[in-house]
Amino acid sequence: MIGFALAPTASWYLVLSAVLFGIGTFGVLIRRNPLVMFMCIELMLNAVNLSFVTLARQLNDINGQTIVFFVMVVAAAEVVVGLGIIVAIMRNRSSVTADDLAELKG
Amino acid sequence: MELFVFGCAALMVLIGAVGVITRKHPVHAALSLVLTLFGVAVLFVIQQAHFLAAVQVIVYAGAIVVLFLFVIMLLGVDRVENLRTEPLTNQRPLALIVSLGLVGVLVAAFATGSGVLHERGAGLIIPDSATGSDANTIQLAESIFSQYVVAFEVTSVLLVVAVVGTVLLARRTKDSVMESPK
Repeated sequence: MIGFALAPTASWYLVLSAVLFGIGTFGVLIRRNPLVMFMCIELMLNAVNLSFVTLARQLNDINGQTIVFFVMVVAAAEVVVGLGIIVAIMRNRSSVTADDLAELKG
Repeated sequence: MELFVFGCAALMVLIGAVGVITRKHPVHAALSLVLTLFGVAVLFVIQQAHFLAAVQVIVYAGAIVVLFLFVIMLLGVDRVENLRTEPLTNQRPLALIVSLGLVGVLVAAFATGSGVLHERGAGLIIPDSATGSDANTIQLAESIFSQYVVAFEVTSVLLVVAVVGTVLLARRTKDSVMESPK
């Protein structure tokens, strides 16, 4: 009976996904290495996926899991394009912080 | 039992996430990311999203993190980043305020919205001995290949565009080598 009372509810998963999203946001804001900023964006995407799967179970609806499938596909394409851009930019540079990319600064 | 698994997976997720933003070395950050992605996969399993858990491990922990590590090695940026100094003044306190505010807003939204979180879908088939162990995969496939088949086909176009675009972006042609010194 106690084990049943302590079973994690959907709110636990949703709060965990909110905390994970917050950590990802904090990382994007404070880190200067473009690759690590990219990893933090992946953290935020995973937080959203977790909340989608939780709500799919809570609302008893398969569409939540379907959209997570599409989010994963788009995230994979996004990582490929993003890393291609980073490789193209960083190939002829020695330093790799986002602050150095200021050619367009007026 | 679910509480124990949830606790372990949540610890994995949070430790990995904090590791991603605090490790100085990009390779260590990528390996912390693997820990987080595996934790999320465990959370998918205990919520009966078996197919998505497998895809999470294969695509995220397999392909995407390997791609990250490959780019880190290719660019030779596996250097220790100095995290002691702040590039901009007061950036970290402001970033902390923004992220904590975001978490607060999200949790408040979940708290107010929890009243409407009742069952309203067509039904999620829980894999067990009666429905078969691959019931989740079958139901997800029926959803993707009937209701969302157009979106599924469009994602294939998206992947082709991404691959071709990346090859064009990252390729070093003879012309660009000759033009770049100008």
